[in-house]
Amino acid sequence: MSTPAAAQQPSVLAAFAPSRARRRRDRRARAVIAGFTVLALVPLVLIVYYLLQKGLSSWSGSFFTSDPTGASFFKSVSIGGIKSAILGTIELVAIASAIAIPVGVGVAIWLVEYGRKSLFANVVRFFVDVLTGVPSIVFGLFIYITLVITDLVGRGLAGYKGSLALALLMLPVVIRSSEVILSLVPNSLRESALALGAPRWKVIFRIVVPTALPGMVTGILLAIARAAGETAPLLFTVGSSNQTTANPGSEMNALPLQIYNDILSPTTSVINRAWGAALTLVVMILLLNLIARLISRRSRLA
Amino acid sequence: MTSDGSIPQTADVTSDELREPPSSPVRRQTPAAPAGGAGSSRPTATPPGKQAHSVRLEKLRAFYGTAEQVKGVDLDFHANEVTAIIGPSGCGKSTMIRCINRMHEEIPGAHAEGRVLLDDTDIYDSAVDIVAVRRAIGMIFQKPNPFPTMSIFDNVAAGLRLSGVGRGDLHGKVESALRGAGIWDEVKDRLGQAGIGLSGGQQQRLCIARSLAVDPEVLLMDEPCSALDPIATLKIEELIDELKQRVTIVIVTHNMQQAARVADRTAFMLSGDLVEVGPTQQIFTNPADQRTEEYVTGKFG
Repeated sequence: MSTPAAAQQPSVLAAFAPSRARRRRDRRARAVIAGFTVLALVPLVLIVYYLLQKGLSSWSGSFFTSDPTGASFFKSVSIGGIKSAILGTIELVAIASAIAIPVGVGVAIWLVEYGRKSLFANVVRFFVDVLTGVPSIVFGLFIYITLVITDLVGRGLAGYKGSLALALLMLPVVIRSSEVILSLVPNSLRESALALGAPRWKVIFRIVVPTALPGMVTGILLAIARAAGETAPLLFTVGSSNQTTANPGSEMNALPLQIYNDILSPTTSVINRAWGAALTLVVMILLLNLIARLISRRSRLA
Repeated sequence: MTSDGSIPQTADVTSDELREPPSSPVRRQTPAAPAGGAGSSRPTATPPGKQAHSVRLEKLRAFYGTAEQVKGVDLDFHANEVTAIIGPSGCGKSTMIRCINRMHEEIPGAHAEGRVLLDDTDIYDSAVDIVAVRRAIGMIFQKPNPFPTMSIFDNVAAGLRLSGVGRGDLHGKVESALRGAGIWDEVKDRLGQAGIGLSGGQQQRLCIARSLAVDPEVLLMDEPCSALDPIATLKIEELIDELKQRVTIVIVTHNMQQAARVADRTAFMLSGDLVEVGPTQQIFTNPADQRTEEYVTGKFG
């Protein structure tokens, strides 16, 4: 802005020229905001730094292909890698997804297409919101008191019980994100399909869901990513087995559990394995997020 | 469209699929047996024109919750004619035509009372299948709305696939629907491309093709040109003129010149009531009602 010129020839704009005090206030406010931004970045950068520094050093070929069964007190024997944890996480999350996605998408479709503003639909929405805010350990606790310490399905820890806890955790996220995307589908599409003489269920499955699909997949992947990183619901439902097992009826291993157990160890090499496992988990979740981003870019809505 | 004789003369969807209420008299030109099957056909179903069906509203009232938006309208739509409905915003024009194919009740809390007769069948009769009503009475909306996930071809085929009308010769039906909507030459080389890639006017004609593909008897148009430029509007209007050879058309419009250009008869509505209906010429030059005259001469609205 040309304040000197404005001083010589007072223009209408001169009346609005910011005073020196106001500029100073503006600069100060901007500095404070920038300072907070940097402050927020510090822990993020440090996390990534330590993850890469400590995690990468423990990565090796055998790290991904061997089970964490080695004894840590013999220096000559390898402590083993995290194969069972990786495969366990994949299996646990896959089972949880197989439960939570169909149910969650079904609830979302019902809410948007049939329940709409009805009392029951609003009650469902309320409980879904409440579930979203429930701490993850509560889901684990719920499965623990209903399935682990009762004779309902047989006592004891098992992989599928952990998957159920994860499914409960995913459910509200899947429902909410799918509902939002489904309600973004313009009503005109539903109307024109109905006006063609299409039955409502066909309108939903041939028009509404395909239109919303990229967005729904994004929300679902984010729910999966969240479930994959959870430790608390698994702690007293899955147990922990060091051996690789595909049987969800037995105790299993998972990356968050591996990290949790290893970090408690006094042995440096075992703690380093926790870093390697943490980096692996972060990379897996990052990949899921990346895929979610890519898919959401193809969305035809929004 | 009419010269090449490619109009799809498919099964008489209306009379076969709208089940007869027990007491209803036999309809004109249709077999007495309600379960006639897809093979029964209209005797005079030869190109270029076909006998379409008439629609009659009797004491039609439409509500949003408890608010009455259409207040007892009696109105006839003659077969193979274009009837325009004019009136100021919020007078209930759109609500009224949405009652004609029972789209009104899709809005939560909305319902309609009275009778809507397609020939002699009340489409609000409990024995009538709502899906069959909509198949027989197609609708074009204000904003062109091709299905965004589908190609041009699939958009037109969508009606056939979604409504489960006989699949046979899908390609032929799509082509004749696109020809019928006057858009075939523009899209024939890119049928696989996305429908939403077309211009607004083309999209609207694609939507008309989509409606024509299921071979409706009546076509309801809710301000079909209000989102289009004058040239696209002209094309749609020419199309309307051709389409009335095979369907009965009801068009809601804000544009009085458009009503004057395309409509055989014009109805004027005001705050939920039908004020006057008559031949378009008469409504615009010598209306019987004072309010009609004030509206068509631009004194209000």
